[in-house]
Amino acid sequence: MANIVQFENVGLRYGTGPETLSDVSFALGSGAFYFLTGASGAGKTSLLRLLYLAQRPSRGIIRLFGEDTVMLPRDRLPGFRRRIGVVFQDFRLVPHLSAWDNVALPLRVAGVPEAQVEQPVHEMLAWVGLADRARAKPATLSGGEQQRVAIARAVIGRPEMLVADEPTGNVDPDMAERLLHLFDSLNRLGTTVVVATHDLHLLSRIPDAIMMRLDKGRLLDPTGSLRYPPPDRARS
Amino acid sequence: MRRRASERRVLDEAGGIGAMTGVMAIMVFLTVLAAALGLGTAGAARLLTHDLAGRVTVQVVEGDPVRRDALTARIARTLRGQAEVRRVQPVAPAELARLLRPWLGEDGADPALPMPALIDATLRDDAAATLSRVTAAVRRVAPAARIDRHESWMAPVGGLLHTTVLLAAGLVALMAAATAAVVMLAARAGLQTHRATLEVMHMLGSTDVQVARLFQRRVALDAAIGGGVGALAALAVTSAVQAQVAGLGSDLLGGAALTRGDWAVLIALPFAFVALAMLAARLTVVRALGRML
Ligand SMILES: Nc1ncnc2c1ncn2[C@@H]1O[C@H](COP(=O)(O)OP(=O)(O)OP(=O)(O)O)[C@@H](O)[C@H]1O
Ligand SMILES: [Mg+2]
Repeated sequence: MANIVQFENVGLRYGTGPETLSDVSFALGSGAFYFLTGASGAGKTSLLRLLYLAQRPSRGIIRLFGEDTVMLPRDRLPGFRRRIGVVFQDFRLVPHLSAWDNVALPLRVAGVPEAQVEQPVHEMLAWVGLADRARAKPATLSGGEQQRVAIARAVIGRPEMLVADEPTGNVDPDMAERLLHLFDSLNRLGTTVVVATHDLHLLSRIPDAIMMRLDKGRLLDPTGSLRYPPPDRARS
Repeated sequence: MRRRASERRVLDEAGGIGAMTGVMAIMVFLTVLAAALGLGTAGAARLLTHDLAGRVTVQVVEGDPVRRDALTARIARTLRGQAEVRRVQPVAPAELARLLRPWLGEDGADPALPMPALIDATLRDDAAATLSRVTAAVRRVAPAARIDRHESWMAPVGGLLHTTVLLAAGLVALMAAATAAVVMLAARAGLQTHRATLEVMHMLGSTDVQVARLFQRRVALDAAIGGGVGALAALAVTSAVQAQVAGLGSDLLGGAALTRGDWAVLIALPFAFVALAMLAARLTVVRALGRML
């Protein structure tokens, strides 16, 4: 199984401060399910931002889909970003667009014909239980509802990799489980999933998920299995 | 159709850009008026140089009417014999009297008052050499005759007209620069307002061109509405002034009547300004996006 992501000695420093991430090295197996945990401020969001190309590292090498993305010219970034679905910790819905249009956005950005947009958007909204809130603007949705719109938007394009930052932080346990089930389904269809979470209860729901743990900007990898993912750990 | 509507909504209530409509209307209004002034003046200047080029008047000053008429006839004959002269037209004494009446009063036609005789002539060209050859020929017959070029009387007027044309062109250029500056400021304000949305669009894989298009569409809409209003107002004013010019029946001002080509330029100007606004918005946005990741 090929590695979809590879980090080598990656360091990240905001401005002139201390390194937020130091010597982070790991590889993500294609089609695997990862949980990223760590205390608040450990650098989970920072690591995910590197992963979805919102940030360039201060040092180290990052390979994504087999290509070095550190030196990638700007005009090649959109092509990579379209292959990655992102659930932002703060949702980042477009305030002027309805839930429906927010979910449709990735398809429209990718130039999918309008006739082929309708059906998947309906299905996704139904999946996250928001079929009847399709016309609502984000400001009129509850935190949990906004989060579900954000998730629907992240997965609608069937990305090769899904990166979710605390995707269940604002929903009740039942909905959390339902959303995790959505990620699991997507994962079974071949999408590599990385979920950052504090919710230890969730971890037990995906028994064969791989744990990544950050401690003060360093990735703990006692067995070295993150550096060199054994093929049998990944699911197909 | 649906897609376009939703793309527009991404940047709905675009802060800063909306104010552009009014500014654009004023800019285009002033620009079209300045251009109309410039084109009209250029027309008058063209008329001046075309019609007056090579036109001279020979003035025969002679107290004795009989000798004066004889001399006038000889000069006219001499002029007609010159290859350089295309047309000779002695001014009839009655016509001269009519021209002088405003200065001399009704008595202007008094035969006792010594009156000069005038001969209008049109030379083949307005070269100095042509004029001096014709002058020499006239002087041989009548050393005291005066030859005046119409152009030299009108030279100060021509200078004024050319200055006005340059001024109008300068105004149009300045207005274009100011419009571009206003659009850039508005686009920058809009970028600031929508920074978060633009970042999300980028994260979803939007290219800079796609994002810039969102702005361009807004700017185009605002600029087109503003430009349209300004242009209509300016064209209405211009038409009214043109009607007044036509009513005057003045030869020189008649040259200020706008030709069909002039009107085409005036109508094209607002479109050029809208295009300029879109270009300015696009350059601003693409440059700003280039600084984002
Ligand atoms: N843009 C930034 N500029 C400066 N410092 C930053 C920035 N973003 C994050 N940091 C710092 O980097 C460290 C890691 O932040 P990060 O958001 O990655 O943590 P996290 O693990 O996601 O925390 P949480 O669980 O609370 O979301 C923190 O100390 C934070 O203050
Ligand atoms: Mg975080």
